[in-house]
Amino acid sequence: MTPELSSELVRLLGPGEAEFGCDACFAELDRYVELDLAGEDADRIVPGMRAHLRGCPACREEHDSLRALLASEPANPEGRTP
Amino acid sequence: MMGTVTEAGTRVLLDSESHAWLDDLRAEGKRRDEAVARLRALLVRAARFEIARRRPSLPHIRGSELAEIAEEAADDAAVSVLAKLDDFRGASRFTTWAYKFALLEAAVKLRRRAWQGRELPLEPEGWTLVPSRAPGPAETAEQGALLAAIQEGIETALTPRQRTVLVALALNGVPIDVLAERLETTRGALYKTVHDARKKLRTHLTKAGFDLDAFEEGTE
Repeated sequence: MTPELSSELVRLLGPGEAEFGCDACFAELDRYVELDLAGEDADRIVPGMRAHLRGCPACREEHDSLRALLASEPANPEGRTP
Repeated sequence: MMGTVTEAGTRVLLDSESHAWLDDLRAEGKRRDEAVARLRALLVRAARFEIARRRPSLPHIRGSELAEIAEEAADDAAVSVLAKLDDFRGASRFTTWAYKFALLEAAVKLRRRAWQGRELPLEPEGWTLVPSRAPGPAETAEQGALLAAIQEGIETALTPRQRTVLVALALNGVPIDVLAERLETTRGALYKTVHDARKKLRTHLTKAGFDLDAFEEGTE
């Protein structure tokens, strides 16, 4: 399957599994990103998030931005990542 | 003491930095004023970060306007953060929690600005699936049949509202915030409409004999 067609199918059909709505996604976003950056299994701990990020481009952009912002910061003195 | 993120999603102890933020923002007088100023600076930094990420896709917007958008996004985010302080449970660091409000405000403002003055393609009439290209050599007859079935499903299985929303968002690339504003609804309500539409579409395809799992193996 071509990448273009794959992308179209995801946009049209969504993730096809249990997922958050946008409000729940926003509520959990900070925890999810920190868990992920700490090397935890964020998808298992926060089920429904990954599927929503696949299905909702706007939430995915905001997730990517928060992750990039945190990753760009030097670890604070108390440490954030293991 | 640094808090530890547990699998249950709460910190054993609020980290000292987050604790200090809450104490300062709940204080009175000069201490609170200084904390609010630090919070705003933090939010401006996040908003500028978001704008810088999107800058390449916004060549038509002047730098001075983007600077104003960053300030406005930080102001709106500060209002939200201060109004929701009691909602912060320490599931992340306070600064991470606050950042997301600024990133959201900046992203929404930029999406709306990018579509400002543009007519939204809301009419489902006349659309076709995959309008921009001819089938590639790697596209099998079965994939072509799937696309035809999806088009039929959109036309026959969805309500007019579901069709309008799905076509606008998934086929015409209208951002969900922009569409929500135009239709006078919320992003959450609109995503629910999309979710229901996709579910109906999947049911339609399954009844038509398509094995979606097999197709989706190629989308991971």
